[in-house]
Amino acid sequence: MRHLLSTKDLTRDDAILILDTAAQMAATQDREVRKLPTLRGKTVVNLFFEDSTRTRISFEAAAKRLSADVINFSAKGSSVSKGESLKDTALTLQAMGADAVVVRHWASGAAYQLAHGGWLHGSVLNAGDGTHQHPTQSLLDAFTIRKHLVTDPTGNDLTGLTVAIVGDVLHSRVARSNVHLLHTLGAKVVLVAPATLVPVGVEPWPCDVVHTLDEAIETYDIDALMMLRVQRERMTGGGSAFFPSPAEYTRLFGLDGDRLRRLPDHAIVMHPGPMNRGLEISAEAADSPRSVIVEQVANGVAVRMAALYLLLAGEEGAQ
Amino acid sequence: MSRPIVIENASLYGDTTASLLIEDGVITKVADAIDAPDDAVVVDATGLVALPGLVDLHTHLREPGREDAETIETGSRAAARGGWTAVFAMANTNPVADTAGVVEQVWSRGREIGLVDVFPVGAVTVGLKGEHLSEMGAMANSKAKVRLFSDDGVCVYDPVIMRRALEYVKTFDGAVVQHAQDLRLTDGSQMHEGEVSAELGLAGWPAVAEESIVARDALLAEHVGSRVHVQHLSTAGSVEIIRWAKARGINVTAEATPHHLLLTDESARTYDPLFKVNPPLRTQSDVEALREAVADGTIDIIATDHAPHASEDKDCEWAAASFGMLGLETALGVIQKALVDTGALTWRDVARLMSETPARIGKVDAEHGRPLAEGEPANITLVDPTAAWTVDGAQLASRASNTPYGGMELPGRAVATLLRGVPTHLDSQLEGAFA
Amino acid sequence: MTGTIMGAADISRALTRIAHEIVERNDGAADVVLMGIPTRGLPIAHRLASRIADIEPGYDAEHACGALDITMYRDDLFKNPTRTIGTTSVPDAGIDDAVVVLVDDVFHTGRTIRAALDAIRDLGRPRAVQLAALVDRGHRELPIRADFVGKNIPTARSERVDVRLEEIDGEDAVILRKGE
Repeated sequence: MRHLLSTKDLTRDDAILILDTAAQMAATQDREVRKLPTLRGKTVVNLFFEDSTRTRISFEAAAKRLSADVINFSAKGSSVSKGESLKDTALTLQAMGADAVVVRHWASGAAYQLAHGGWLHGSVLNAGDGTHQHPTQSLLDAFTIRKHLVTDPTGNDLTGLTVAIVGDVLHSRVARSNVHLLHTLGAKVVLVAPATLVPVGVEPWPCDVVHTLDEAIETYDIDALMMLRVQRERMTGGGSAFFPSPAEYTRLFGLDGDRLRRLPDHAIVMHPGPMNRGLEISAEAADSPRSVIVEQVANGVAVRMAALYLLLAGEEGAQ
Repeated sequence: MSRPIVIENASLYGDTTASLLIEDGVITKVADAIDAPDDAVVVDATGLVALPGLVDLHTHLREPGREDAETIETGSRAAARGGWTAVFAMANTNPVADTAGVVEQVWSRGREIGLVDVFPVGAVTVGLKGEHLSEMGAMANSKAKVRLFSDDGVCVYDPVIMRRALEYVKTFDGAVVQHAQDLRLTDGSQMHEGEVSAELGLAGWPAVAEESIVARDALLAEHVGSRVHVQHLSTAGSVEIIRWAKARGINVTAEATPHHLLLTDESARTYDPLFKVNPPLRTQSDVEALREAVADGTIDIIATDHAPHASEDKDCEWAAASFGMLGLETALGVIQKALVDTGALTWRDVARLMSETPARIGKVDAEHGRPLAEGEPANITLVDPTAAWTVDGAQLASRASNTPYGGMELPGRAVATLLRGVPTHLDSQLEGAFA
Repeated sequence: MTGTIMGAADISRALTRIAHEIVERNDGAADVVLMGIPTRGLPIAHRLASRIADIEPGYDAEHACGALDITMYRDDLFKNPTRTIGTTSVPDAGIDDAVVVLVDDVFHTGRTIRAALDAIRDLGRPRAVQLAALVDRGHRELPIRADFVGKNIPTARSERVDVRLEEIDGEDAVILRKGE
């Protein structure tokens, strides 16, 4: 593996290898000494064009526990106010000898451009690009699902499981990553969203689409329910709003105690964070024993350790 | 006076072989064989196709304002190399070409350089803002004699302004040239809205955003009895609307660009902003509908929408990049590849689509897009349909290099361009004859 | 000399001897934990444990064995294709104050054992660490020696030593092969 840009590029074997490696990484995190010498001498740059403290510290912890040197590079700028160009930033990182660049960017495709622009020799790990992909998030989701719902996780996929993803699919890199990855791993994926928040052109995606949460709960035996973060401003933009009101969103798509009770007993509740309590998820659902939301965070570190290991430990990473 | 030129054994319009004598900028003789005068330059045009000099109704020369991307001089050279003898320079410069002063300056600069006739297009509204009509009459009466008006780059969106513009240009037999784009439906849009945009997470640009404006403007033109020219048609739906409007007798003309006739939204998968253009590249079925419409005459002309951009505006994130691509030097090759070599068009059709009809729409048909016949101005393009070449942005004459065809092999190219008998472009194989 | 150097009976005898040596060296086996280094160190560790249990009836062979994957401690990670990480497991009682016997099939440069010593350090603080290997083929690159060796086999650097075990390969044998 040279880069990790999109879950669409991953074969089933690739995905299983990452999850199995993550399981071994997770096992090391129960030890007294959690730091491993594996990536000593390697430099990992966290290049963030978009603020995301949660994702950055997760990658930072992962890299540090593998003894890599970590440089945090926060590059401000947006499509409106352009800062330093992607190209110049990449050349700077190349000059600093970055072995891997973890990139979070507001623009879809920025990670792909960094990897293929010919500016950098190191590996590129996509930590979320615009509304395109966020592969490590979906890998940690798959890891969490497998751990909870597959009896003998190592070496196995998610065949037979049904995962519903609820919310703003249109703007969600988490949804795009998960649809491909979960499908590759054999799970059935159901997207649950109002039609305004489903992309035109969704037809070839390997998933079903339904338009209310109640319908999804009635129609499918849901094993894992993934609630996406909904941005309030998408509902209050006047004529451009995607939804009439936050209250209506909660009524039709929010996960509350009642809907939680109508899920199968073994079903787990997930959320990539940060949550809008009271909007897409009620406190009762978020804090219920079936919620694995906090665990997702811990699994995120293990999955990112696995990704960094697989990208950097081989001879390709040595160049 | 310059030396006479004899072009021997050219294939006129790709169908009849003849020789041409050119004296003092005029074609003075067309015959099977011509006895060259003693001092004449003799060009062996065996195997070359002679077309009337090409006329591009849609060019961005960027001067004044963005001389780092293109100047009238570099753009003129690119045009000459591409086989063009006339280009219509769009108004979205800085300052905007919305006054007689700016259009006269652009027109004069074009004449001074002398590589191609530069006809300025005037802005429909002041500053392209879509709020107040610009002083179109002053531009029409200036020495640039502007007849086409466009806010190209943005749509004349307000239906009342569009109606007024359509009515007003009748005063001087002008036409409104519309960039059809519903601004509300394309707020933040990055590429064609469909399966590829859904996967790539790039904000979608629905086909309906173009089609609804095309339909509206056709109906407005009918209502006020005026003439509208629709730029860069990109969707199958727009083609159907134009077909319908023409059947209804509405005075509407339409253009397609070489890139919309060859490339599709699949190229966005590279996230390379060289493929980012307005309107966006569409699907294969749209490309096919456009090709069919070009072949059956629904689409009247092919125009480049040559849009140079400085490298910093293209060497960046897709969403931050500017819209547009170079086209002047690649248009002939792309059209040959997409339409002539596939049998959809003859070279005769190419003459109509890229010279005669655009000259007529632009009201410059007294000078350009004339027949290759005795007594006509010697605006001639010689095409070598077997001179395959590989496109390299750095080798193009434009100051910018944002071609989407880099690395692509095109089957043919213009090897000589004559503007009123003066060679403005000569391929190396022909340079010797003129030495 | 190439070919089969040890047969099933040779291997069995060697392991029995090593088990006795371990018990003797440590005055019994009460604190002995056997950490097998994957892949073939694991079954050897299990065989040694059951032999120790034969000698010391109170010895809990089941719970005295662990696995020590040293992939993440290797010093040649960046010179080879990416390696899959194996499982590390430690007996429930942990290894603090235990005598850890590292068990591997072939003892060669010493680099694997160097990595294993680093790995052990991250797992706890044993009272002592010892090394048992079925075969010692020489060519040490680090100042490390084995405490218990099944057989010393003089080899050329270019030669390969293949240990084959019933549990993994369906037969017990040690084979010396010519290098390319």
